[in-house]
Amino acid sequence: MEFLQPSTWTEALQMKSAHPEAMPIAGGTDVMVEINLDRHRPASILDLTRVTELNQWGADGEFLRIGAGVTYTRIIGELGDRLPGLAMASRTVGSPQIRNRGTVGGNLGSASPAGDAHPPLLATDAVVELASVGGTRRLPVREFFTGPKRNAMKQDELIAAFLVSPAKGPQQFSKVGTRNAMVIAVCSFALTLDPVRKHIGTGIGSAAPTPVIADEAERFLEGVLDEGGLWEKPASVDASALARFGELVAAAAKPIDDVRGTAAYRRHALAVMARRSFGWAWDEYRTKASE
Amino acid sequence: MKIACTVNGRARTVDGAWEGESLLSVLRDRMQLPGSKNACEQGECGSCSVYMDGVLVCACLVLGGQANDRTIVTIEGLATGTALHAVQQAFVEAGAVQCGFCTPGLVVATHDLLARFPEPSVMQIREALAGNICRCTGYAKIIDAVQLAARRIAVDEHSAR
Repeated sequence: MEFLQPSTWTEALQMKSAHPEAMPIAGGTDVMVEINLDRHRPASILDLTRVTELNQWGADGEFLRIGAGVTYTRIIGELGDRLPGLAMASRTVGSPQIRNRGTVGGNLGSASPAGDAHPPLLATDAVVELASVGGTRRLPVREFFTGPKRNAMKQDELIAAFLVSPAKGPQQFSKVGTRNAMVIAVCSFALTLDPVRKHIGTGIGSAAPTPVIADEAERFLEGVLDEGGLWEKPASVDASALARFGELVAAAAKPIDDVRGTAAYRRHALAVMARRSFGWAWDEYRTKASE
Repeated sequence: MKIACTVNGRARTVDGAWEGESLLSVLRDRMQLPGSKNACEQGECGSCSVYMDGVLVCACLVLGGQANDRTIVTIEGLATGTALHAVQQAFVEAGAVQCGFCTPGLVVATHDLLARFPEPSVMQIREALAGNICRCTGYAKIIDAVQLAARRIAVDEHSAR
């Protein structure tokens, strides 16, 4: 096995170009499991932990641009106020030891359908920045996932960063698992309320071959809020509309039966999580509006 | 490959490590520091918890080469000579050690917790130790030990002022 350790981003891209088969590693929380358990033995490994550019975040126009190597612990501590949904999801990742090492860039690279960061990234219309020696491109996260543990990256590309707007309204994340820590999601759901764009964002995890959005559910709920003039005068939302929202979220999933849960359970749980998440987020919006 | 880092205050170098080897294997098999335990090799059990540059990590998930030039502190680095650290002493006295396999990882994770939260609530203790699995104690005495250690450290710091 060849060990490649670039110290700059330019060097990292050159090494990836010269060794397209190289497995990138940051926090190692996915890659090391594969190597330790001998499930996969890459011919070469590209350590990105010396590339300081990846560990930085800052404003990029109206977006926040967050380096692929920023850990979950830092997202919670440094960005929790601006990205509450992603921070909630980050708090459910593994344990302190895992959150101290694991990165959103790594979550995107692994592209597991169960990746905890994916639903909030989908719900906030995040953008993934990919780079190679040939240049940089930005891809909406909604186009990034192409299959189970597959993404739209080319062989010579690395994930540089992700871009996301700071929250304009309440965000929620919920996750079903057998414990409160150290669990891979049975299923998960993220919700974003954007009162400026009058937009509802959703993200579903662990209930389809890739993380997915619930497009029809978003449009339905936007319609309910628009019709009732509820963004301007936030009253309670009709229970039947909330039930319908839950059904539409469940219908957007394509779950399977596996060791963690059945397809029927996942659909049921998604409908419940969607309804409750909206309830929590809407309560927060109404409370703020009445202040 | 060659790996050079500072471990428990000493500059250490190993030659001939395999490129895919974890920091845990480097510590245990090449540096004769078997205190950090090897159980799950997938970050699930916390038995290999160590500090790298002051950050609590699972040594099994750090690639050996990633530890180059870094500063590592293992369970062997917490005691002063033969005097146990207050966290270690509290684990002994509270009966938080049964088979002992998870103990090094739990002691290092507790050390990290108390540095961040000197007076942790039971919920904070549970959350901070959620990545450390113990199959003997049922955790009640571990929580007792953390609280005992917190009280002792607070008293020591008070009398040091």
